Amino acid sequence: MTAVQASHGEWVDQDAGPVVRPYALTGGLTRPSGQRLDLLDLVRAVRRAAWDRPQLSPEQAELLQRCQMPTTLVDLAADLDLPVGVIRILVSDLRERGLITIHRPQPPGFSDLKILQEVVNGLRRI
Amino acid sequence: MAYDGYDRAPDRNTGAADSPITVKILIAGGFGAGKTTLVGSVSEIRPLRTEETLSERSELVDSLNGVEGKSTTTVAMDFGRITIRKDLVVYLFGTPGQRRFWFMWDDLAYGALGAVVIADERRLADCFPSVDYFEGSGIPFVVAVNRFDGAHRHGLDSITGALNLSAGVPVVACDARSRESCRDVLVTLAEHAIARHHERPAPQPHLVR
Repeated sequence: MTAVQASHGEWVDQDAGPVVRPYALTGGLTRPSGQRLDLLDLVRAVRRAAWDRPQLSPEQAELLQRCQMPTTLVDLAADLDLPVGVIRILVSDLRERGLITIHRPQPPGFSDLKILQEVVNGLRRI
Repeated sequence: MAYDGYDRAPDRNTGAADSPITVKILIAGGFGAGKTTLVGSVSEIRPLRTEETLSERSELVDSLNGVEGKSTTTVAMDFGRITIRKDLVVYLFGTPGQRRFWFMWDDLAYGALGAVVIADERRLADCFPSVDYFEGSGIPFVVAVNRFDGAHRHGLDSITGALNLSAGVPVVACDARSRESCRDVLVTLAEHAIARHHERPAPQPHLVR
């Protein structure tokens, strides 16, 4: 893997791609541990007291802030403006440290007609 | 349903009032058919990037000169939310419909309520792969013919025939720029999904992992 090098006096703009490579945000981890997480899996922080750990990256600290209430993986990716793959790794790592829980609610699609009807009625109102 | 490897989930029927119920709808169609426009018209659109492994097919397309070690690529996705109430949220995901993106579709299709396939009458063949995908996976879908320029080139019946759709798949005209029109498409899809539920048991997305 080659490092991004900016020569003297050369400006690197957004078109050059991210200057910080994704693996730099994940502590060198390149794949999440455990089962692949779904975009709509719900992530929730478990312990307030654990936040101040110095070994947390700024991104992980922000993730913890944002999932005090159950929050989907995809919303976290949009909130932090990071690729889903990076969020998957950060979230898996936080889970291994016992700082968050992840759960996958059963999709209501085919199990709950009452909710589906609510979706239809809700969509009609938008 | 229990999922191995997940933390014990509170049942939404017995509490966990703060866990939102999420509903996933996919927006498919060929390049330029109006996916981004539809998602923007009807939902609170949000930026989303996803990093995915390059499939063999896309390696042929994406130039890897000078970055031979590269095995993933970052893809922008259309992503929007419709908040029906605080704890009931519809998520719209749009991605390119070409077959080489099917590895993304398998990921996205899990648990989807259904899909909208946007068709452009001038390039109807562009939506064949999306139609094939959803017919193969058993996910309920509707075809929305995006008539943004007001031109009606074909009747909806002839489009149904040209796409060789199974009986009962709704085909509707829409204007992807119009919130009301896109809303009607989503309502048609949700009603179609309910009707399908009455017909037969829940389909499972074919997951390839």
